[in-house]
Amino acid sequence: MGKTLAEKVWDAHVVRKGEVVGSEAQPDLLYIDLHLVHEVTSPQAFEGLRLAGRPLRRPDLTIATEDHNTPTLDIDKPIADLTSRTQIETLRANCREFGVRLHSLGDVEQGIVHVVGPQLGLTQPGLTVVCGDSHTSTHGAFGALAMGIGTSEVEHVMATQTLSLKPFRTMGITVEGTLKPGVTSKDIILAVIAKIGTGGGQGYVLEYRGSAIRALSMEARMTICNMSIEAGARAGMVAPDETTFAYLEGRPHAPQGADWDAAVADWRELRTDDDAVFDAEVFLDANELEPFVTWGTNPGQGVSLSQSVPSPDDFADENDKAACNRALEYMALDAGTPMKDIRVDTVFLGSCTNSRIEDLRIAADIIRGREKDPDIRMMVVPGSARVRLQAEAEGLDRVFKDFGAEWRFAGCSMCLGMNPDQLAPGERCASTSNRNFEGRQGKGGRTHLVSPVVAAATAVRGTLSSPSDLDPCPGGADRPAAASGPASDTPAVPAA
Amino acid sequence: MEKITTHTGIGVPLRQSNIDTDQIIPAVYLKRITRSGFEDALFAGWRKEGSFILNREPYSRGSVLVAGPDFGTGSSREHAVWALKDYGFRAVLSSRFADIFRGNSGKQGLVAAQVAQDDIELIWKVLENEPGTMVTVDLEARSVQCGSVSAPFQIDDYTRWRLLEGLDDIGLTLRQEEHITAFEAERAAYKPTTQPVRT
Ligand code: SF4
Repeated sequence: MGKTLAEKVWDAHVVRKGEVVGSEAQPDLLYIDLHLVHEVTSPQAFEGLRLAGRPLRRPDLTIATEDHNTPTLDIDKPIADLTSRTQIETLRANCREFGVRLHSLGDVEQGIVHVVGPQLGLTQPGLTVVCGDSHTSTHGAFGALAMGIGTSEVEHVMATQTLSLKPFRTMGITVEGTLKPGVTSKDIILAVIAKIGTGGGQGYVLEYRGSAIRALSMEARMTICNMSIEAGARAGMVAPDETTFAYLEGRPHAPQGADWDAAVADWRELRTDDDAVFDAEVFLDANELEPFVTWGTNPGQGVSLSQSVPSPDDFADENDKAACNRALEYMALDAGTPMKDIRVDTVFLGSCTNSRIEDLRIAADIIRGREKDPDIRMMVVPGSARVRLQAEAEGLDRVFKDFGAEWRFAGCSMCLGMNPDQLAPGERCASTSNRNFEGRQGKGGRTHLVSPVVAAATAVRGTLSSPSDLDPCPGGADRPAAASGPASDTPAVPAA
Repeated sequence: MEKITTHTGIGVPLRQSNIDTDQIIPAVYLKRITRSGFEDALFAGWRKEGSFILNREPYSRGSVLVAGPDFGTGSSREHAVWALKDYGFRAVLSSRFADIFRGNSGKQGLVAAQVAQDDIELIWKVLENEPGTMVTVDLEARSVQCGSVSAPFQIDDYTRWRLLEGLDDIGLTLRQEEHITAFEAERAAYKPTTQPVRT
């Protein structure tokens, strides 16, 4: 029997197979090709090494960046918040001590760890990638097996470059068809999570496949893989193809010359064999998808933008009913309200889900030449310093600023509000990030997860909107936004 | 991780059941960026009360905690074990441990010895009548000794072996070092490295 993509990558990294004791397989020891580090989950791991007198085994397979705590304004001034400042200073000291490459605030390669890895060409097909952050699944878009890990595992990887991991199950998620204009990969993944639930992926590695996935750019694939974790999955993957190779070619850490040819030859093998069998399968029709938004307090509580806020009575399961009740109360929403009637206060365009150059481009296309709703605050936070520079080179910053949006420096920002970018209690936000948990974007803040195009249209109208609600329909909206075309992000960006 | 074969120290009778990890270390202490220096955080809520046992001599110098059933329930925070160890505890005796706590203890060199509740009661009496009595936890023999009380304890073979050998998770993996090195030698040459920096 053939193997799935995930099984191929796993098998290629087994240092030692776990024994089977009784009926239970013990964990395999897996080699890790790339370890991404940031300031929040690393300090105790570094200290653990220090306490045990152990070296970091492979600094050359490790890279660190500052993202979760970094301010997005006044980045040349000392960080005001003491805890944030301590975490960042600790990361700097640790990286110096252990010889880890670090991209600090102000550096041209600084940014959200999941934006920086792909952008440098470090994220490649067939790798095992880990990071002390749940959204590491992003890197699966390249056909890598990429997983979020906890702090003690971070230390384990630092010391041994391996992890003991229990085998997983595989789930094929097939999306066939063509996305309608204004529908993006964000809508695909929100629809998948609404369908299988926030626990539906538990224990699985998801593989996204089918014609609609193959048509997506790398940025759009990253958005999908990024949110695999919101379905409870261990990881999400897309098989590498010409789009992947075109994105990678010429990036700083991509293979070159003969190495490139050897790599591409290997990468072409990285696909699920025709006779392989998934442990579970899900099918989705891309033709029928509409812009998707969440109404509740977990990413599975979503509906099409044209629908209404559900009622607890719509759910058969008692737990779902109760969850709906709680969510409506927290979100201050009445059942039956059309989603498009919901007024928001803030629009956040950013996070490792949707802060890449393509996301900024499609949002800018929608607002160009339009006026922002006067009561809306819009924050645009590029995923990395390079994305910011590239956007400025393309004049996108002007589009956002003319529109009345705030143009910020790179980082996680309002995705989790560890820095000053937070919602006030009761404030309602249309956010391109990945989690709408209670208080995630600030205590008492209310989050609706949306795609970048919905974010942009919402900023124009002041209520949750899709580009087709704008009059006249802007040029940017009648092409399948984020849904087609080869890699559009070129690494050749003028350095600061 | 240090090897442990036997440990002897002052016993601390903590007559409470269901001590959860929030009591062992309250959540506010989780913000710290260190993994040592949590001694002040141990039972921080209870230590505000002057009568709490760890505020009394000679118990404050104790290293063997003798607690009621269901010790270490609640959140999975590893900090609970760090706090106990940083304070100076090397062993906890209880008739029942929460699974995650027991797992974390084994990984970090704290002996979680499961002792029958009847024996716990006897040990409590000794420790209360004669404060400062030493408790000996003998991992080889799987027995505890306190005054005239001698009792067996349970601990699974694997955890016992790890404690006797002083092996944490990383130490265990490093025993496979040869295999890791051999694997590294076979990795494709085109695989990326983060250094040297390329732009
Ligand atoms: S942008 Fe948000 S989800 Fe992504 S790494 Fe930062 S905090 Fe995590």
